[in-house]
Amino acid sequence: MMEWVISLLLLLGGSLILVGSIGLVKMPDFFMRLHGPTKATTLGMACLLFAAMAYYGFYGEGVSVKEILISMFLLITAPISGYMLIKSAIHHRLDSIESTRGKDNIEED
Amino acid sequence: MLETVILIVFAMIGVSLLLNLWRLVVGPSIPDRILALDTMYINTIALIVLYGMNMGTSLYFEAALLIALLGFVSTVAVCKYLLRGDIIE
Repeated sequence: MMEWVISLLLLLGGSLILVGSIGLVKMPDFFMRLHGPTKATTLGMACLLFAAMAYYGFYGEGVSVKEILISMFLLITAPISGYMLIKSAIHHRLDSIESTRGKDNIEED
Repeated sequence: MLETVILIVFAMIGVSLLLNLWRLVVGPSIPDRILALDTMYINTIALIVLYGMNMGTSLYFEAALLIALLGFVSTVAVCKYLLRGDIIE
């Protein structure tokens, strides 16, 4: 039973990390490319670390706090690095496609 | 079953590391390359955690924690350099 839960969490985490990297490659401009790593990859890492925690709690030497430490650290720092990256992208005036410009495309009602 | 799943997830993370490497080489601007490096270190943490699960030891978590700390600090430092032209003013 526990093996099924760990396998499911591992597969979910791996697919989320893969989706984040595919988004990093396929999206048309930088402001869209930032979404893959900051959201999908962070969630995938959280899933993987929960799987590791369950694995060591069930088969290994008991539940340890280190996995919680890593996942908390990643969950806290991913938005900060995303913010710094988007600030430097705006500072450098990177090219963006028409539909990510934002306000000009909001329809008037 | 768990061994097979761990191998499959190894393959997934390897493919995503290759995709990140492609974006790092091709990436048209400097923030793209920094973003690719940021994603690469997160994927490396995943790889180390999986390797520890495969070997059945939790000895590798310290290495993962170190990579997480240093990767975050280096990303923020390079972004600060891009923004200000200086890291510590």
